Amino acid sequence: MSATESAPRSASSQGSGLVRWLTSAPPLAFLTIFFLVPSLIMVGASFRFPGELGALAPLFGPGAEGEETGLTLENYQVFLGDTIYVQIFVKSFGVAALTTLACLVMAYPVALLIARSPKRHRNLLVLLCVLPFASNFLVRVYAWMIILGPFDLLFSRLAVLVGMVYVHLPFMILPLYTNLEKHDPTLLDAAQDLGASAWNRFWRVTFPLSLPGIFSGSALVFIPVLGMFAIPEILGGKDDWLVGNLIKESFLGTRDWPFGSMLSLMLTFAVLAIAGLAAWLARRGVARA
Amino acid sequence: MAQLEIRNVTRRFGDFVAVDDVSFEIKSGEFFTLLGPSGCGKTTLLRMIAGFDLPDRGSIVLDGVDLKDTPAERRPIHTVFQSYALFPHMTVEQNVAFPLRMAGKDDATIRSTTRAALEQVKLDDKGGRYPHELSGGQKQRVALARGLVNRPRLLLLDEPLGALDAKLREQMQLELIRLQKDVGVTFVFVTHAQAEALALSHRIAVMNHGRIEQLDEPSRLYGFPKTRFVADFIGNVNMLDATVASTGATLSLALGKLGTIAAPAKEGAQPGQQGVYVIRPEQVSIRAAADAAPEPNQFEGRVYDFLYIGDVTTYIVDLADGHRIEALLANSLPGRARFFDVGDRVRVSWKAEAGAFLDA
Repeated sequence: MSATESAPRSASSQGSGLVRWLTSAPPLAFLTIFFLVPSLIMVGASFRFPGELGALAPLFGPGAEGEETGLTLENYQVFLGDTIYVQIFVKSFGVAALTTLACLVMAYPVALLIARSPKRHRNLLVLLCVLPFASNFLVRVYAWMIILGPFDLLFSRLAVLVGMVYVHLPFMILPLYTNLEKHDPTLLDAAQDLGASAWNRFWRVTFPLSLPGIFSGSALVFIPVLGMFAIPEILGGKDDWLVGNLIKESFLGTRDWPFGSMLSLMLTFAVLAIAGLAAWLARRGVARA
Repeated sequence: MAQLEIRNVTRRFGDFVAVDDVSFEIKSGEFFTLLGPSGCGKTTLLRMIAGFDLPDRGSIVLDGVDLKDTPAERRPIHTVFQSYALFPHMTVEQNVAFPLRMAGKDDATIRSTTRAALEQVKLDDKGGRYPHELSGGQKQRVALARGLVNRPRLLLLDEPLGALDAKLREQMQLELIRLQKDVGVTFVFVTHAQAEALALSHRIAVMNHGRIEQLDEPSRLYGFPKTRFVADFIGNVNMLDATVASTGATLSLALGKLGTIAAPAKEGAQPGQQGVYVIRPEQVSIRAAADAAPEPNQFEGRVYDFLYIGDVTTYIVDLADGHRIEALLANSLPGRARFFDVGDRVRVSWKAEAGAFLDA
């Protein structure tokens, strides 16, 4: 396949090379300046000392009074030295996993319903799913305070979960719907024709074919939930702090930028590790299915 | 012995009558074809037999049991879809094993039966492949193996050769005939390709506007079409407006100003009745105008054009009174592309027992 495809592509690429550079250069530059460079700055910051009044202490030369300067592994030593940080990480991953699972269970029937409704209704139904975005995020979270308050559920782990699921549900519905909508209905006819019950038609045909949608939806829910600090802060109690709150507090509360940078990096690595594991499992799953 | 009985089946979609009071029987072990143009109701009928759709009226009876309360997944009837509908996330082997797994067979049985089914379609070395790694012909064979693996009572085939190119299609036709003979399962084949239907079927039901125009063996369908539609739809045919002049042992037909011809008798034909006279091009002989023909029906004409097809040449001959007739001549001499040229004066003729008079 590649042999037949590459021939015309290389022939046309000479003419379109300039165009391709012109179109991809601005977004590339944007990502380099506003994502890659800051990420590297953060890596550097995680090995430095905090400044006396926040920010960072100088790398060279004497700092202000009471400031240590130069490079240090202290931030990492603190992180590994106390199990509280690992506990918060584990708790955060637990909340993210639970949120993802709850979103998946609730979004799947909705996405399936939209995908199997008449074509002319689908866009309207999708619009209804994203309609909550039309009002402000904080307003919607505060609304939950009013809803949960009378039931004595406020400032609890459950309230945090409810808020997380509510906010992230559309991010699960949309990729699932996009996937399910593309399924060939003849496959379900074929499965039924060959003796598959309604359950087997779902479990052996629809579900495995929707795995890519499940994975992208899960990523779109799981990762933002990990970094989310507003919902735990508004709906949760002091025990319900997640990594996001810890990072936010480091930067804005205790003004310890190096420690916040270190936490951010650890979070990134943890997410990458999990994404890598999921991709590996997915590839194995596809190979077996 | 009737295996499947279609009894007065009607199916409407709004005002449109897709299948209109259709009745027929299919015998056990038969290769039966539903033939007709698109929209004639053949696919609707097939979907009702499979169980994806239900008749508004009438019944579908398999081995003496009415199927109306049996959902598609519990009917011992499998379908080969036009698009094959292979499960893309399963290997060839898993696809073929699917009906066995759904039937709750044990692993050892599934393995051996699947293997045998793949051997039958000569794909035993492709069991580990995924559908997207196969050619069109291979996908077709997987679909057949999957449909036949647990020996259904009926195998429905919905235009299964439609997506293949001409050469491969011919090859698959032979393979279908062999496969059907080997497994002995009753095949119900749906197609709009008349040549395919003639080549494959034991019997053919020609459908039009939701009704069966004629149900017969291929050679009788081609040789003795009962309606104008059947004559026109199957093969090439000359069609001439005719009026019955007199009836008797042979029918005497007036072809406008052209004159009168002798044709096979038709039951119920009345003098003065109007209709069409149909005759196949290969039944019309063509010779030089000077040669007298031994046949009773003969006319002089001029070659208007000809189509060289290789094995045969079709001559289009203008007769008097604006009539035009096609005659087929085998190119029996090597290197000979034609016997007549455009503008040549020729004589066309045919036997009194050839052709047929049909209602208009």
